Amino acid sequence: MKIIKQAIAGTLESSDLQVKVSPSPDDTLEIILSSEVIKQFGQQIRRVVDETLSKLQLTAGIIIIEDKGALDCAIRARLQTAVLRGAQCEELNWEQLS
Amino acid sequence: MTLRRSMLFLPGANAAMLSTAFVYKPDSIMFDLEDAVSLREKDAARLLVFHALQNPMYRGIETVVRINPLSTPFGLKDLEAAVRAGVDVVRLPKTDSAADVHQLEAEVERIERAAGREVGSTRLMAAIESASGVINAVSIATSSPRLIGIALAGFDYVMDMQTERGDGTELFYARCAVLHAARAAGIDAFDVVYPDVNDEAGFLKEVELIRRLGFNGKSLINPRQIELLHQAYAPSKEDVDYARRVIAAAEAAERDGLGVIALNGKMIDAPIVNHARRTLQRADATGIRQ
Repeated sequence: MKIIKQAIAGTLESSDLQVKVSPSPDDTLEIILSSEVIKQFGQQIRRVVDETLSKLQLTAGIIIIEDKGALDCAIRARLQTAVLRGAQCEELNWEQLS
Repeated sequence: MTLRRSMLFLPGANAAMLSTAFVYKPDSIMFDLEDAVSLREKDAARLLVFHALQNPMYRGIETVVRINPLSTPFGLKDLEAAVRAGVDVVRLPKTDSAADVHQLEAEVERIERAAGREVGSTRLMAAIESASGVINAVSIATSSPRLIGIALAGFDYVMDMQTERGDGTELFYARCAVLHAARAAGIDAFDVVYPDVNDEAGFLKEVELIRRLGFNGKSLINPRQIELLHQAYAPSKEDVDYARRVIAAAEAAERDGLGVIALNGKMIDAPIVNHARRTLQRADATGIRQ
């Protein structure tokens, strides 16, 4: 799966996160993560992000994540929403999303 | 005793509310994918609810998902998300006939099999929102063994009836019809939301009405209404004391081989004894009204 257009999901409200995705000019995967709780939970957030994108088999795109202290379940959901929108993927593969 | 007094509506697209609502301890939390979610956020809300349902924070609270009608492009995807995530109850909006429930039931079973979930583990609730739905309430209520209850939804119903929300007169027939259908089917009945969260007196007046009619509970749109509702549904100390005296009198009459039970000179018959038992069970489950 590749990001083929710009897309956004989520909000900048507390306990949420905003994910912006855009196509990668050199066909690579780049993840830029910022979080209000990066010192305490940075590793955990990174793990959830990597695991979620890996399940989606995303190979190319620029992913910018601005976290406002979201739970893991919200991180997964917002990432998946942004990626599926950016990849223009209408069909939901529930195995990849679980 | 499964308590279903309070069913708190949560907009499915709101991450902050989904992350915190469990602290208010309603009997049921209803994640809304229908009217509370704009068309362009349907996909986001579906995934947010799908993952929130699997989070341990909701253990111990009955989870309900209101899906979009199956006739829309969203309904079936919502249902996939809810069933695969292990929701307790799927709430079907705009249920007009038993056929609507049968269609939902078939899809739920298909998804349960595909996802490897136990067939029959997903329960259903039908929301009645039209004159047709009210007229068909009995056939809807008896349409599936998966149904745990039927709910009246006020806004769409009064629009269909070409009237508006007022003092409750406009809902009287629908409330009674839905309630009788639920009781005849042996399932629960849920009342409409009370929209003005700042009108505590009006809310309590409506709660007293629906409690006396016999509704199990009510849909809520604000956590502030939960404790008020729970208090109103808890038996009073006087109710509990009287119930204890009724049970004691019944036990004494049985011990003495008396066919007729009397308490303070009044005859007590079997329905009164059964009611007293239910009052004590409810007091055990809810506590006594403060």
